[in-house]
Amino acid sequence: MKPAAFEYHAPTTVDEAVALLAEHAPNDGRILAGGQSLVPTMAFRLARPNHLIDINNVADLGKLTVEDGALCIGATVRHAQFHTPACNGVLGHLLTDVVGNIAHYPIRQRGTFCGSVAHSDPASEWCMVAATLDATMVAQSASGERLIPAAEFFETVMTTNLNEDELLREVRIPMLSDDTVYGFQEFNRRAGDFAISMTLVTYRLESGKITDPHIGVGGAEDRPRRIAEAEAALAGQTPGDEAFRAAADAAAAAIDPMEDHATNAQYRRDLTATLVRRALENAAS
Amino acid sequence: MSDKKDITLTVNGRDHNVAVDPRWTLADVIRDHCGQTGTHLGCEHGICGACTVLVDDTPVRSCLMFGVQADGKKIRTVEGLANGDEYHPLQKAFMENHALQCGYCTPGFLMLATGILEAQPDISDDDLNEVLSSNLCRCTGYANIIKAVRAARDEMKAAS
Amino acid sequence: MATATNRMLGHLGDSVERLEDPPLVTGKGRFVGDINFPDQLHMRIVRSDHAHGKIKSVDTSAAEAVPGVVAVWTTTDIDDVPPIDFREGSDPTLALFRQYALARELVRYVGDPVAAVFAEDPYTAEDAAELVTINIEPLPVLINADDDPQDFKGKATTEAAVVEQGYGDIDETFASAYKVVEVDVKVSRHTGVPMECRGAIGRYDEARDVLEMYGAAKVPHRNRDTLCRMLNRPASGMHLFEGHTGGGFGIRGELYPEDVLVCVAAMRLRRPVKWIEDRQEHLMAANHSRQQRHIIRAAVAEDGEVVGLDDELYLDQGGYIRTHGTRVANMTTGTLPGPYRFPVYRSICHFRLTNKTPAATYRSPGRCESTFVRERLMDAVAVAMDMDPIAVRRRNLISLEEMPYGRALDVLGDSVEHDPGDYAGLLDQGLAQIGWDDLQKQLAERRANGEMVGAGISMFFEKSGLGPSDGAKIFIDNSGFIEVVTGGASIGQGFETAMAQIAAEDLGTDYRRIRVVHGQTNRIDYGVGAHASRATVLTGTAVSLTAQAVRAKALDMAAELLQTTADTLTITDGVVHSKDNPTGPSLTLGEIAEALMPTSKLLGGREPYLKGEEWFHIDHQTYPYGHHIAVVKVDPDTGGVEIEKYFIAYDIGRSINPMMIEGQLVGGLAQGVGGALFEEFTYSEAGDPQAVTFADYLMPTLKETPDPEILLTEDFPSIRTPLGIKGAGEAGITGAAGAIASAIDNAIGIPGAVTETPVSPQRLKKILSEHGK
Repeated sequence: MKPAAFEYHAPTTVDEAVALLAEHAPNDGRILAGGQSLVPTMAFRLARPNHLIDINNVADLGKLTVEDGALCIGATVRHAQFHTPACNGVLGHLLTDVVGNIAHYPIRQRGTFCGSVAHSDPASEWCMVAATLDATMVAQSASGERLIPAAEFFETVMTTNLNEDELLREVRIPMLSDDTVYGFQEFNRRAGDFAISMTLVTYRLESGKITDPHIGVGGAEDRPRRIAEAEAALAGQTPGDEAFRAAADAAAAAIDPMEDHATNAQYRRDLTATLVRRALENAAS
Repeated sequence: MSDKKDITLTVNGRDHNVAVDPRWTLADVIRDHCGQTGTHLGCEHGICGACTVLVDDTPVRSCLMFGVQADGKKIRTVEGLANGDEYHPLQKAFMENHALQCGYCTPGFLMLATGILEAQPDISDDDLNEVLSSNLCRCTGYANIIKAVRAARDEMKAAS
Repeated sequence: MATATNRMLGHLGDSVERLEDPPLVTGKGRFVGDINFPDQLHMRIVRSDHAHGKIKSVDTSAAEAVPGVVAVWTTTDIDDVPPIDFREGSDPTLALFRQYALARELVRYVGDPVAAVFAEDPYTAEDAAELVTINIEPLPVLINADDDPQDFKGKATTEAAVVEQGYGDIDETFASAYKVVEVDVKVSRHTGVPMECRGAIGRYDEARDVLEMYGAAKVPHRNRDTLCRMLNRPASGMHLFEGHTGGGFGIRGELYPEDVLVCVAAMRLRRPVKWIEDRQEHLMAANHSRQQRHIIRAAVAEDGEVVGLDDELYLDQGGYIRTHGTRVANMTTGTLPGPYRFPVYRSICHFRLTNKTPAATYRSPGRCESTFVRERLMDAVAVAMDMDPIAVRRRNLISLEEMPYGRALDVLGDSVEHDPGDYAGLLDQGLAQIGWDDLQKQLAERRANGEMVGAGISMFFEKSGLGPSDGAKIFIDNSGFIEVVTGGASIGQGFETAMAQIAAEDLGTDYRRIRVVHGQTNRIDYGVGAHASRATVLTGTAVSLTAQAVRAKALDMAAELLQTTADTLTITDGVVHSKDNPTGPSLTLGEIAEALMPTSKLLGGREPYLKGEEWFHIDHQTYPYGHHIAVVKVDPDTGGVEIEKYFIAYDIGRSINPMMIEGQLVGGLAQGVGGALFEEFTYSEAGDPQAVTFADYLMPTLKETPDPEILLTEDFPSIRTPLGIKGAGEAGITGAAGAIASAIDNAIGIPGAVTETPVSPQRLKKILSEHGK
């Protein structure tokens, strides 16, 4: 389990990085950020890039600030930086609640938020967060910058809308209003494992009725996404068991669960209903 | 084949100048080119944690970093834990609490625990369990590892 | 006197720190991966990606052309090397099913070694291995051992053997039974998975004509003997060396294809050859274990006595028969009755090959499987008879009065004869300690409040100390330092500490002044290694007998020098002195050793040196016993199982080091929990292994592993060993699946629900939904 040979590049500026990417991407050149997903696949030789462009030494990619109503997360921001709230308000707490579910402590010291999003494992917590909260992905190439909404970004298993010469320079997550409530649920066999299914829900109350519900599901389908049917079932309802179960059932009915050797579609569907219901209960409590 | 790169790794305070193939993992460089074989490989895909070392005082899986990426960084491995003949409190606690059997996962647990106890000397039992669930042990059933790390935490706190 | 005793640590029964630990906590261990020789080559195995097929051709040319590659071998390069033989010697009835070091004509599982690349470094070896192309004509793939057997090489079928054991008239007993209760249960394929992958280094010393292998474990002497047979070498020219070993669990240290290859390659390539297994290989190449399906019936009398047991089982052996032959079949059928009387018994094991990784022993082989099956059946009997599960077990336990209890069953060539033990008495102690009656009340209340919680029990007897013999040598030099040389093996269990404590007891010295040698075939002619929980029982007793002999020799010499008689002397902290006058005239062991040097004028008619060598012969294995109790909570929505509480009761006979025994029990339990709830090697229809990473083969982390309460008793020392010791290596795992399954049944209120391990959330959810829960 030794990786195949590659040429190593260590740019120090974004311009240099995207220029290298433009040059080498056609010859399977890739970005190396935290490496916590890429390096294992290289160890199995499932990935065998000819060039790795290591962005860990690039200045200006460590940005973690609130700008224009969004938390901006630069390409080298590590998971561990969310162990304490990265911003004020509900969003900071939400991300801190989620991050403890990402793999394990040493992995979180090295893995990056943007790397997870770009890698786009269906069971990635950050991908689901980005999808649920309508994040915007900032793709940078030698020819300029492109903004990609989350709904268009995740295409299928480990496949995104990013072009091969684009670096995911930043992810912007809209701040949440102070009256937003949220719930997160994930189920896996062991601590730190990839989720078999997971969900993030947020909503606000106006006059006691649920408004602006977001229900995102990850791990169950080939990509994370908001489940419109479940959100519709929830919108305008009074929080409570009946509404939550209706939304949960709608989510379970709407998804097209993946199957693998360990988990069948029926189990993932049932599990998703349970998790959505519990997440909504968490949000309400 | 890719060209070798000259790097300097500071392992337990000693500089090692190594010409590395970029694909060599940090673990392999530490073991095969710095002569420090206390860092063990258990899976080479980032799950078991046997290869955990401290890079700039932060616990990371050395199988998931390339050696070339650690150029100029401060690496600490199990060989650097003791102070001469004086055991680190964690080493002492592992022996006193029978927290090892075959000893293969032990360096990874020791470095993980060192990293977390240095970063969070007051860490709670529950949070400690979270962190220690990062690594796999196949012999002990973990109970004594938990006891040992808690004992070392308490001792290190009392001593500080 | 008091001071001396306080300084002197490590008597029998003391939970002293381990001698093994200092190098292991400081990174100074010498695991096989840490050993290097100048000019060594690295071997990489090219493995079959077909589960079954004919090898049409193997093209090694591209691999050979890679710079840094020295050789690439296929089976034709080693056509003079016979298949890997059985550990206990040749067995003509099974010979056909053995594995060659490199596959010949056929591949029989994904992972079957087909070619070997030898290169200057492991990265290059792996690059080149990818370039070897194997052309295979696929053959039908057999995945399930309970499907009809297929042809094997046109000479036999894949049912390699039928192993049958039993006693009494089954047909008559079942015909007249009050009730017959049947269950059909499966144990999944899982295995030991030590944290250190396997590794081996072959080195040929041309100057001395000695072939060496480093990385040996478990049974170095047996493997030396097999290698000598296979490679036609004398024992004096073939040595195996055990270094630190990163976990054994039965699977590590058997003689595998890669071990043979490094030895042959070292001789033919005239360079040291190192092979370090990677984890993906390990999960498809090292021995698997456990997979069995039992269809078992109990003939029950009106009062709940099980008067007959009739079992038919299918054992999935995988692609070949490896070093163990049919040992797992033998141990399964030989130990299935467990701690119960069962006056009539029959078990028929269909020992069948499939197209999966070969299987063999994993910690508690045969007992783990049969205990799960038997205890599932006992729960079913309780339900069928409307009896309490504890009461049914009590009704059937062998009583103290009947001990020692023999049965006409064979376990590894030994007829089963239970050591005296009070199975019901330990059960009483265990139930009292855990507060079984109160626990039942609490659980009932919680269930009434809607929680799915329950408790279950599993009883077992273990076997340990497989004979027939082992020896040990002790040498005390003129500095008084003591070396104990054994043919045992250290796989992480604390072997050195246990042996040192045993020797220290008779040599009157601190256990830390004793060096224990193990796993070095050039240091002692014979050794049993470490398996079947035999190291402490067998080797430990040999060490004890040797220490007694050396003590006698030391006292005899000292008596002459001190002008007294030996019976007036004793040894404290390495000093021989008068029993009555500890501060009077004395001699150190080193001084006595000096007096016994070959050139010593004081030698008299004695054999030179302060040393000894004694043997221990055991007539039957020892049979320790105990039970497990699990309390679980089931999440009906996810199917997840949480172990809330766990309890193990075990009678060890006599403890050498209780801390280490508890360590064995707790560690064994973690593996038991893995097998019960998490670990499974699944295969696709085409025979592709689906758990070849640690993301798919789920070993429990700290979060999934209970910290059990342990009741360790010494009520019944074994009558088979002078020290009364019984083995401790396997009792932590044996009862786990049975107790957890029983607790899950109880929690979900569906008797007999669990018929298969691991009880994954998906499996449990399906059970619940089938029962409308």
